[in-house]
Amino acid sequence: MNGDPTLERIAQGNGLALCAAGPWTAPFAPLLEAIVSDAEKLAGSRPNIFIDVSQISRLDTFGAWLIERLRRSLTRDNVEAKIAGLSANYATLVDEVRRVSAAPPDERPPVTITGMLAQVGRSVVSVGETFIGLIDMLGAVLVAAGRVLRRPRDFRLTSTVHHLEQVCWRAVPIIVLITFLIGCIISQQGIFHFRRFGADIFVVDMLGVLVLREIGVLLVAIMVAGRSGSAYTAELGSMKMREEIDALRTMGFDPIEVLILPRLLALIIAMPILAFLGAMAALYGGGLVAWLYGGVDPEAFLLRLRDAISIDHFIVGIIKAPVMAAVIGIVACVEGLAVQGSAESLGQHTTASVVKGIFFVIVMDGVFAIFFASIGI
Amino acid sequence: MMAETPQPISDAIIRVRDITVEFGTTRVLDGLNLDVKRGEILGFVGPSGAGKSVLTRTIIGLVPKVAGRIEVFGVDLDNADSRQRRAVERRWGILFQQGALFSSLTVRQNIQFPVREYLNVSQKLLDEIMVAKLVMVGLKPEVADRFPSELSGGMIKRVALARALALDPELVFLDEPTSGLDPIGAGDFDELVRTLQRTLGLTVFMVTHDLDSLYTACDRIAVLGNGKIIAAGSIADMKASQHPWLRQYFNGKRARAVVS
Repeated sequence: MNGDPTLERIAQGNGLALCAAGPWTAPFAPLLEAIVSDAEKLAGSRPNIFIDVSQISRLDTFGAWLIERLRRSLTRDNVEAKIAGLSANYATLVDEVRRVSAAPPDERPPVTITGMLAQVGRSVVSVGETFIGLIDMLGAVLVAAGRVLRRPRDFRLTSTVHHLEQVCWRAVPIIVLITFLIGCIISQQGIFHFRRFGADIFVVDMLGVLVLREIGVLLVAIMVAGRSGSAYTAELGSMKMREEIDALRTMGFDPIEVLILPRLLALIIAMPILAFLGAMAALYGGGLVAWLYGGVDPEAFLLRLRDAISIDHFIVGIIKAPVMAAVIGIVACVEGLAVQGSAESLGQHTTASVVKGIFFVIVMDGVFAIFFASIGI
Repeated sequence: MMAETPQPISDAIIRVRDITVEFGTTRVLDGLNLDVKRGEILGFVGPSGAGKSVLTRTIIGLVPKVAGRIEVFGVDLDNADSRQRRAVERRWGILFQQGALFSSLTVRQNIQFPVREYLNVSQKLLDEIMVAKLVMVGLKPEVADRFPSELSGGMIKRVALARALALDPELVFLDEPTSGLDPIGAGDFDELVRTLQRTLGLTVFMVTHDLDSLYTACDRIAVLGNGKIIAAGSIADMKASQHPWLRQYFNGKRARAVVS
């Protein structure tokens, strides 16, 4: 009797016996469910129905529950359907599932128009909360920095150096590679289009101004937000999930001072260095393409570059770097500390960290552009 | 009783032969042999860091071994193809030390997850089976829509057990099921494991440090030391053993408190 499970109907006088046989176990659950819901329709058809389970070869929770479900639906008018032939081995299991009450419904609210509008509203409110959160964090970091300035022994040098290695030293190859390639592309595109009106040499002006003022620092900031901002959020988020931050707090340490200040400082030191290296790599790439593709030899390139750009362009670019680093770092830390208990939440906040980081970097760049234009550099 | 060369047991559900596991240059398990009988609750003890969890994880295939052979349900796991392996995996359930519940799913979804993946049954039956499992592990159906981060430590263990039992496995691995529970909760949990073993005919492989569990729940005890099984047998065998660690473990102050 080890084929498929069955439920045979045998008439007995004015009663009906449902004889279950075979393995009533989980692998046969789909079949068993069909059999049982079919038999449930017999409810009330005969005055006396009982379920004979003596032929069942194996029984587990699935089988036991389905028999219990059948028994319940066959019980009508206070006439209880009986289960017969239950062996002692399975009696405890059937008793166990007898305690099961009806399943509570899945409490997921239906999607409605008001629900969707409420979602939009919540998103708008959360934009405001983001700003408040950032200002809050900025304040907390400044207070912690002030405390550390008064007692320099509390400064975590080892931690800062460790993060500096992570976000600066280890970021150099990829930053240099990307900015080099972008320099090449700008130069190639410039030469391709300027050549039509014989203005090849002006590609040097374009490259110099663009790279030093805007592209260099912006590109590096975006790379840093994606590379280090996300890492900060994930680190702090998983520490939050495992209650490590609570542990720090209970030991009398300020998480801002121990975790966030060294990270932020490392980022603020790293960004100008990376922006400088990035700008140099982009100029090098652009110069190389100008020479090999545009026929501008290096000497002419350098001479032209000296005429085209001044130290102001470089300062305009590099001055933005630490500010952008601070924005990226603060966004990353706020998001990291906002992580809730689940892995999904960690993912959401890491995404938010990168997206908001890049958004604020571009906004800051715009603000700087207006500022520098109005003071005339 | 000393289990250097265990008697081959004919109805062994797990058969571990000459297992060696190394992490770098550290040898954690060194030619270990172990049989688990069908239908028993085997308590697995040993000093902290002796490799109890490593053995569990090696049997279920999470830690690679250097040498040896593992048979579960008579299937040699090294030579099994992916279909045979899946069939074996469907017949065992695992309770991880920290519960390992999926943090982004509710209790309901956690318990239903393996069932939904392996069996094509209606949502109604899924919900009913979920409630049946919750009742079995002593939880109220009301917790079904909570997330793991909203549960207490004991509840997490229970939900994790319910998930391990979701497909009605024949074999469950429990990694320190009672650690972090209060004594009453731990006692209930032992009772629960006993009841489930009786009602479902389970075989239980339980890594534990809890002397109460060993006394009340386990049929047989295996002791791990120096990468080998140093002893296997009943509580009485353990107490009679002359091995220094065993003497300390089973005749120490805490053990006497449990017995009296």
